[in-house]
Amino acid sequence: MAVPCIKIVTGGDGGRNVLLSGRWTLNMLAPLLDSLRPALAEQAAAGQITWNCLEIEALDSTGAILLWRAWHRRLPGLLLAKPEQLRIFERLEETDHQPPARGVPHSPFEFAISIGGGALRFWRSLADFIALVGQMLLVAAHLLRHPRDTPWREISATLFKSGVLAMPVTALVGFLIGIVLSYLSSLQLKQFGADIYIVNILGLGIIRELGPVLVAVLVAGRSGSAMTAQLGVMRVTEEIEALATMGVSHSVRLVFPKVLALGVVMPMLVLWATAIALVGGMVSAQAQLDISYGFFFDTLPKAVPVINVWIGLTKGLAFGILIALIACHFGLRVRPNTESLSSNTTTSVVTSITVVILVDAVFAVVTRELGMPG
Amino acid sequence: MSSNDAVIGISDLSTRFGDAWIHRHVNLEIGRGEMVALVGGSGSGKTTLLRQMIGLLAPTQGSISLFGEPLYGGGVERERTLRRRFGVLFQHGALFSSFSVYDNIAFPLRELRSLDEGLIHDLVMLKLNLVELLPRHGLLMPAELSGGMVKRVALARALALEPELLLLDEPTAGLDPDRSDNFVRLIRVLGKELGLTVVLITHDLDTLTALASRVAVLGDQRILAFASLDEIIHIDHPFIRNFFLSERSRRPASPH
Repeated sequence: MAVPCIKIVTGGDGGRNVLLSGRWTLNMLAPLLDSLRPALAEQAAAGQITWNCLEIEALDSTGAILLWRAWHRRLPGLLLAKPEQLRIFERLEETDHQPPARGVPHSPFEFAISIGGGALRFWRSLADFIALVGQMLLVAAHLLRHPRDTPWREISATLFKSGVLAMPVTALVGFLIGIVLSYLSSLQLKQFGADIYIVNILGLGIIRELGPVLVAVLVAGRSGSAMTAQLGVMRVTEEIEALATMGVSHSVRLVFPKVLALGVVMPMLVLWATAIALVGGMVSAQAQLDISYGFFFDTLPKAVPVINVWIGLTKGLAFGILIALIACHFGLRVRPNTESLSSNTTTSVVTSITVVILVDAVFAVVTRELGMPG
Repeated sequence: MSSNDAVIGISDLSTRFGDAWIHRHVNLEIGRGEMVALVGGSGSGKTTLLRQMIGLLAPTQGSISLFGEPLYGGGVERERTLRRRFGVLFQHGALFSSFSVYDNIAFPLRELRSLDEGLIHDLVMLKLNLVELLPRHGLLMPAELSGGMVKRVALARALALEPELLLLDEPTAGLDPDRSDNFVRLIRVLGKELGLTVVLITHDLDTLTALASRVAVLGDQRILAFASLDEIIHIDHPFIRNFFLSERSRRPASPH
C-alpha cells in the first residue's frame, strides 16, 4: 500500500503545486503524523500554491482533518480534488459551524458548593438508612403476624453463603491471630515472670474484643461486598423493578433475609473464630511458656468471667445486623452503570468496617463495668 | 467472485456447543461494498456466526478470513491490526458506562497512542456529526441517553477507526418504527459515503429490505440460501416461507 507522500512541483506557469499522493488513511498516517504535520504547515504558510489531491488513493476523515487543520480550517483558494473528497471537507466545514459544547460554567463558590453538596448527600443517605431500618422493623412486624410470608429459602441460602462458607477463612485467620498474639504477649510476660497471665490476656482480649471485630471485618469484606454487588446488579438489570411488578417487596424478599440471617449467623461465627483463636493461643503458649493445655483450660473460666462471652456474642449480633443493613443500603443506591456499582461496593465495605469499629468503641464504654476479673 | 475480493471468507465452518451442532460445513463469501443481512430463526446461530467473524469465538472446525487474511495467528500485533479494520455495533450499544459520549468515541483513537488530543477532538466531532448528533451531546453519560441515541453513539464509536467492514447485531432492535427508519437511513447513507461493507443480523423485515443487497438465510445448521431478496422469497423452504411471506401478508397494505 502506498505511503502518504507530499511532492512539490513547479508548474509550467511558474506556480507551485503541492502534489499529495498515497493512502491518506488512519492506518497509514498514524506512524507518520509527526513528520507530515510540519511539512503540511510549511506548505500552507508559503501562500500562493495549488493543492492537488487528485492522486490521493484513499482519503478518510483522519487524512481530511490533517489537511483541514493545515489549511487553517477552510478550503484553500486553489484546490484540485475529487467530488467525494470535497464531500468530506464539506462535512468538516459543517461540523465546525455547529455550536460548540459548553460545560457547566465554574462557580466562584465551587468550594462551598461541594461541601454543601457533600453534606446534603450524607444527610440524604443517612435518612435513607434510617428509613431502611424502619422498613425492616415493619417487615418483622408483618412477618410476625403473617408467618406464612417468611422467606425461609432466602434466609437459609444467606445462612449457608455467609455462615457456613465463611468458616474456613475465619478459622484460619483466628488461629493465626491467636498464635501471634500469644507469641508477642509471652515475650513480654516472660520478662516479668508473669507467665500465667497469658491466659487472662488471651481470654479477655480474644473473647471480648478481637473475636467479634475480626469476624466482623472478614464478613464485611466477604459477605457485605457480595450483598452490595448482588443488589446493585439486580438494580442494573431491572430485576428489582421486575420483583416489584409481581407484587413482591424487595425489602421482604431481598433485604430482610440478609439482615436476619447475618444477625443469626454472626454470633455463631464469633463463637467459632474465638474458640479457634484460643486454641491457636494455647498452642503458642505451650510452646513458648510451657503452659500445659490442661492448665489453660482450668484457668480460663476463672480468669475470664462468662459475661464476656455474652458481650462478645452480643457484639456479633449487632455487627451482623449492621453489616447487612449497610450492604443492602448501598446496594439499593446503585445507579445503572459500572462506575456506580464499583464505588458503592467500595463505600459499603469501608462504611461497614468503620461503623463496626465505632460501635465496638461504644460497646467498650457501655460495658466498662462488666466482666472485668477481680 | 475471486476469493481475493472477499472481505469475509468463511470456509467449511462447523460449531459445536456441548453435544449440539450449531453449524455444519458453512461456507460464505462476502464481497467488498456489499450489505449482507444474516437472517434465521431463534437459535439458528446467527449471533454465534457474527461473534466468530469478529474473533470473539473460535469455530470448532473450519476457518475464517477477513480481507483475505486468516483471522487467527501471526502474532498479537497482526491480529490487532486486523481487528482495527472492522467496527462492531453491539445489540445494546455496549457503551462504556463510566465514560462520557465523547470519551467513548475517543477511546479507540486514544488507544492508537499516536494521535494528539486536537486531532482526536476534531475526529470525535466529525463522527458525532456523521451520526447526526450535536457537540453538546458529547458531554452526556451513556445512562442519560435514549435508546436511539445509544445506537448512534455506538455507531460513531464503531466508525472511529475508519473501518472498512461494519458488523451490526440487531441494529434496530428496541427502537420505535420512526427511529428505526431513521437509523436504517443513516446506516445506508454512511455505508455509501464511507464505502463500507456491512454485515447485519436482523429480525426486522423493514430493516432487511431497506439495507440488504443480499440476504443469507441460516437454518438447519447451514446457509439455506445466499442471494438477493427477490430471489430469496421465491425459494420454497418452510422457514423462508414463514419468515418472509407470513410476515408480509400480515402487514396492512401500504397506502397509495
